[in-house]
Amino acid sequence: MTLDRALTWFLRAWVGVVFAFVFTPIIFSLIFSFNSQRFPTIPLGEFSTQWYETILADPDVWQAAITSITVAVCTAVLATFLGFCTAYSDYRYNFRFKGAYLALILLPPTIPLIIMALAMLAWFSRIGASGEVWSIIAAHTVLTAPFAMAIIRLRLNQMDENLEAAAWNLGASEWATMRHVVLPFCKPAIISAACLCAAVSFDEFAIAWFVSGLNKTVPVVILEIVTGNIDPQVNAIGTFVFLTSMTLVVAAQLLFIARAARGMKQGAET
Amino acid sequence: MSEPLLVFDNVVKRFGDFVAVKRMNLEIGKGEFVAIMGPSGCGKTTTLRMLAGLESPSEGEIRLAGRVMNDVKPHERDTPMVWQSLALFPFLNARENVEFGLRMRGFDAATRRGKALGWLDRLGMSEFAERDISTLSGGQKQRVALARSLVTEPQILLLDEPLSALDAHLVIRMQSVLTNLQRELGITFVYVTHSQSEAFAMADRVVIMSKGEVAQVGQPKDIYRAPANRFVAEFVGRNNIITGKVKSASKGKTVIEAASGTFAVTADTLPKTGAEATFVISADLVRLTASKPKAENAVQAKLISEEFIGSVVTLFLESADGTEFKVQVQERELATLDLKSANALWLSWPAASAHLLTGS
Repeated sequence: MTLDRALTWFLRAWVGVVFAFVFTPIIFSLIFSFNSQRFPTIPLGEFSTQWYETILADPDVWQAAITSITVAVCTAVLATFLGFCTAYSDYRYNFRFKGAYLALILLPPTIPLIIMALAMLAWFSRIGASGEVWSIIAAHTVLTAPFAMAIIRLRLNQMDENLEAAAWNLGASEWATMRHVVLPFCKPAIISAACLCAAVSFDEFAIAWFVSGLNKTVPVVILEIVTGNIDPQVNAIGTFVFLTSMTLVVAAQLLFIARAARGMKQGAET
Repeated sequence: MSEPLLVFDNVVKRFGDFVAVKRMNLEIGKGEFVAIMGPSGCGKTTTLRMLAGLESPSEGEIRLAGRVMNDVKPHERDTPMVWQSLALFPFLNARENVEFGLRMRGFDAATRRGKALGWLDRLGMSEFAERDISTLSGGQKQRVALARSLVTEPQILLLDEPLSALDAHLVIRMQSVLTNLQRELGITFVYVTHSQSEAFAMADRVVIMSKGEVAQVGQPKDIYRAPANRFVAEFVGRNNIITGKVKSASKGKTVIEAASGTFAVTADTLPKTGAEATFVISADLVRLTASKPKAENAVQAKLISEEFIGSVVTLFLESADGTEFKVQVQERELATLDLKSANALWLSWPAASAHLLTGS
């Protein structure tokens, strides 16, 4: 009993420490982004929004933001589509070499990013496609599709094995079943997969740096700013990037919680 | 004469080396309530899935209203099914679930809504029409599933153990809902179950299957009183199955000598003298007395155990040679017998109550 309580407190403290470890640098970055002094030192200077004004006035940053958003959105759509297709083919069909097929699909996240980035660069320059926006999109799609597949596959696991047959039985063709049963059933997972892929793509640096050429994404621009000089602009951009990613991830989570809460509320009324 | 609504003509279904259904011949008429019953793995669900088009026969033909159905896709036939798991669409509410079949057939929104609400109302579910499926109870989900299958007004409804997930008291309620619906609509119900009480309570005809074969087809009372073979006699339960040698066989009366005694059986077919024969006497047709009765067939046995379900008691007794007998009596009848003090009881039955098995 007391051991249980001690364990509970220990685990709570542990979670607190982990969160502190993860979020402290980000919080400091947030604080220094509003600091008037050039160098991140304590005591702080005055409250100032000058670094935000600088980056908002910088056309390079705007251009990078547009590139990053384009890449993130396109990656999210493509990776989620591919992820859904592979998850569904795994759920629905059995075929020879299925194990090899799945291993191949899930391979990209296991390759060190730097190796993958180099390989992508070598391949894209060979086919003369290096430095294009769509080459970053292609590379990010390869990287994030396995995450989308994993999320959607989990959802498909929860589907009653007779659900599709029930739809056919009621007069729905296979395509109609896909549209009216499988896709609606997977909708929460599809949206959260898209949010996650967009977040990963938006934050990804290594591949983007190698492949992007002149179409720099936000993380690449950040590196260029910090190379050579210490510039609190980075704190300001970092805050923006952090907020974008967190919004995507939290949006994906909230969708689930809202659904669960709706179900609970209706259940309580009965 | 025209063909019955549904015909299984020499239907065989194989999965690799495993034969799930062995050469099935069965005819089901319009408006019939047929239950297919058997232990798990007997092929009853495969039979139903072939009707729905989810499996196609390896050999033979299934004809529905004269049309060969073997290669008709599931969505191109009108054979709605009520699933054991119900398979309701969790992202749609009750009404939208019922509307699904109509939506796939291209009915406009107003017609769909009208029909769906009509069916929900008919099944006493109108107040739950806009509710999420996850908030409904088991019995309510069952009604939604029924409405969803019936909304397209099919000629035939397939039911795959639909009541197996419900509480006992709900099963009885749903049984009467189902039989009333079937009678009112006049459509054919094919009902797969492993539950004897469900099958016997609802069906006009019962098909008993064993290892992919039809063991017997008949009205519930015929299957109960006159099982065709040992499998059916054992499956139907609460039967005393006695095997012995035929001592004499004359018209209307066959005498069988078994380990526990010599018994007379009224039978139309005459077995050969000296051959092995088996007869069945239902537990509820055996009379129990404290003293030796004046009857054709009597056995002395002592009580081993009893099983008490409501007003009916099943007694398990053992005769001198160790044969076990089952006797079913009303609880109030039992009160008149002094079981505790009686050393041995007498079991007796008229020869006409026993049924000689003709099959193996």
